[in-house]
Amino acid sequence: MVGLHKSEFANPVINWIDTRLPIFTMMQKEYGVFPTPKNFNYFWNFGALAMVNLVIMIVTGIVLAMNYKPDAALAFDSVQRIMRDVNFGWMIRYVHANGASMFFIVTYIHLFRGLYYGSYKMPRELLWMIGVVILLLMMATAFMGYVLPWGQMSYWGATVITNLFSAIPVVGNSIVTWLWGGFAVGDATLNRFFSLHYLLPFVLVGVVFLHVAALHITGSNNPLGIEVKGPQDTLPFHPYYTVKDSVGICVFLLVFAVLVFFVPNFFSSPDNFIPANPLATPAEIVPEWYFLPFYAILRSVPNKLGGVMMMFGSIAVLFVLPWLDTSKVRSCKFRPVYRQFLFLLVIAVITLGTVGAHRPEGIWVYLGRVATLYYFLHFLVILPVLGKLERTLPLPESISRKVLPGGGGPLPGGAAAKPMEKM
Amino acid sequence: MRSLVLASHVLAALGLASMGLLAAGTPARAQEALPHQEWSFNGPFGPFDRAAAQRGYQVYKEVCSNCHSLKAAYYRDLAGIGLSAEQIKATAASVTVPDIGPDGAPAERPALPSDHFRSPFPNELAARAALNGALPPDLSVIELAREGGADYVDALLTGYSDPPAGMKMGDGMNYNKYFPGNQIAMPRPLQDGQVTYADGTPASTAQEAHDVATFLAYIAQPEMEARKRMGVKVVLFLIFLTGITYAVKRKVWSDVDH
Ligand code: HEC
Ligand code: HEM
Repeated sequence: MVGLHKSEFANPVINWIDTRLPIFTMMQKEYGVFPTPKNFNYFWNFGALAMVNLVIMIVTGIVLAMNYKPDAALAFDSVQRIMRDVNFGWMIRYVHANGASMFFIVTYIHLFRGLYYGSYKMPRELLWMIGVVILLLMMATAFMGYVLPWGQMSYWGATVITNLFSAIPVVGNSIVTWLWGGFAVGDATLNRFFSLHYLLPFVLVGVVFLHVAALHITGSNNPLGIEVKGPQDTLPFHPYYTVKDSVGICVFLLVFAVLVFFVPNFFSSPDNFIPANPLATPAEIVPEWYFLPFYAILRSVPNKLGGVMMMFGSIAVLFVLPWLDTSKVRSCKFRPVYRQFLFLLVIAVITLGTVGAHRPEGIWVYLGRVATLYYFLHFLVILPVLGKLERTLPLPESISRKVLPGGGGPLPGGAAAKPMEKM
Repeated sequence: MRSLVLASHVLAALGLASMGLLAAGTPARAQEALPHQEWSFNGPFGPFDRAAAQRGYQVYKEVCSNCHSLKAAYYRDLAGIGLSAEQIKATAASVTVPDIGPDGAPAERPALPSDHFRSPFPNELAARAALNGALPPDLSVIELAREGGADYVDALLTGYSDPPAGMKMGDGMNYNKYFPGNQIAMPRPLQDGQVTYADGTPASTAQEAHDVATFLAYIAQPEMEARKRMGVKVVLFLIFLTGITYAVKRKVWSDVDH
């Protein structure tokens, strides 16, 4: 359709722009008056936190890249130069390095929120799947970022993980050589990883945009897991959720600051302060904490190809989760049995994380296998069957009936009409 | 309320899990449990003990620097442990560093405060040739690169003894109960009275080890004091900001039944 937009903004400059390019109207619609369920708890902060975190990663990353040298002979020393010679370089680097951990903490909680409140179900399947793509991209980005400081763990972690592709029959070894750009992890690998590590976050920005766009079509889920029935169930995003998200952001920054300023190496491995040495394998090669559960699944299978497939499978099941869970009821609040199983899943994942940090010997092998088994049973068997058998609790009639005994009250300040909401 | 309880459970679980992971993630390096020392720089406010770090610099300069480089550090960094500009100039000038002379040929000149610490060997081969095949690691970030940090370095330097009866030592190897595998190529570097401290502190082996471990802690993280000072301000500010934001949130939400 051709034609100027009829802008309602009073400020003449904003009005002039908005008439020609209605971005102000769009922001107002999507983040201003956007109708959002009124019953969110603080779990609904984590999407916004992940966005803030992504921005922090990009800003600190760009500054790091101004001083970092992606060269096998210079990389390690250039990181030390950043720490010592660049003004506030230590702060930028510690924010970036700890930011990766914060990002995964926030994202894993965000994902758990989705599991607990059934946010992946009809009609939010695509929204959920885009989320899983975000997780995969984050993992790829973090993996390649961890290689850049070119310490022992960078080097050997890269070697172990890229080597996984050699499990592919026939072409495996050729693929690995192609990934490395040589016959071992080396200068060529470091250079291409740097290039991709710079690229992927911007791909992430694009995918996050799609994630939010999809969200603004379906609207948010909420702790009751029932759809919004009308304006009495919602609040305008601003100021209600802008201010509630701000509280979350403050607490997030507080935790982040404690890490960066007081225990900046809490999550890092001492081995990564030793320059990469292709001739000396570290006593133990342990990936970053956020990969440990997947690493444990990998090592729980005695066969290499099997292990690799199970590891990727553990993410693939998340992808098809909307169709594995056959229950129509979303929230754990009304699914007492599923809730127990979900806590078992959390325990299994934490167990896997612990197993991943240990040598695969003795008890750890068995724990790893049991937890892996439960992980897959949960998604592939329990969820499909439970949906058919479980007796769920009665659902409330609507969000406002639940929160306002006796029915919906008057609308607080300008809640708009359509049943949609926030991220 | 319910959701808060839930959130706290989740956080507690995550916290426990991550602690477990960290404890679990540390490979068994040291042979014997490390004795924990009191370090001035431990804790959220602790500064470096200037006197100990300066004595430690003396130990490094007189002993360790014969074998170990400190490539990431500059002489000017010594300002952080309380050396004056004059002292730094003097200590830098006491060594020569490789440079290119006016005729374009390699030459040596006295070091300046802006120079990196001089390395004892021009390259790895030279070090190995001089030390019976062993390679002394660069010590710039050694205390971040070893589990236990300063505790480990201190223990290592004081952990020498004769090997237990029946243990077969490799050629040129020394027994050390804290080194992984217990056989280390570094000969015992510190003895009682190895250095004569300028400030008159009695130079026992333990004192020297403690001092040089303090110095190396500073060299590994010269930004630490500034970082902690800034951290205190940032955290206080964020607590204040969180309080205000929460109050605003309460106010905004006061007209909503939920
Ligand atoms: C005669 C040369 C020499 C002197 C002097 C010396 N070292 Fe070493 N040092 C070595 C060598 C060689 C190694 C490597 C040992 C090995 O890998 O077996 C080493 C290793 C180390 C290590 C690493 C141990 C590990 O966990 O890998 C530390 C820490 C260390 N030295 C500290 C010091 C300190 C502090 C001093 C001064 C008090 C010092 N060294 C003096 C030769 C020396
Ligand atoms: C999704 C967002 C991102 C994640 C999860 C991420 C993750 C990481 C990780 C885990 C490291 C290793 C940290 C360390 O031990 O030093 C790292 C390093 C690095 N990253 Fe990122 N990063 C992200 C975005 C970016 C962006 C956008 C840039 C540049 C434009 C960037 C540039 C760098 C550089 C230069 C390093 C090496 C310097 C260093 O090691 O500190 N990163 N990143």
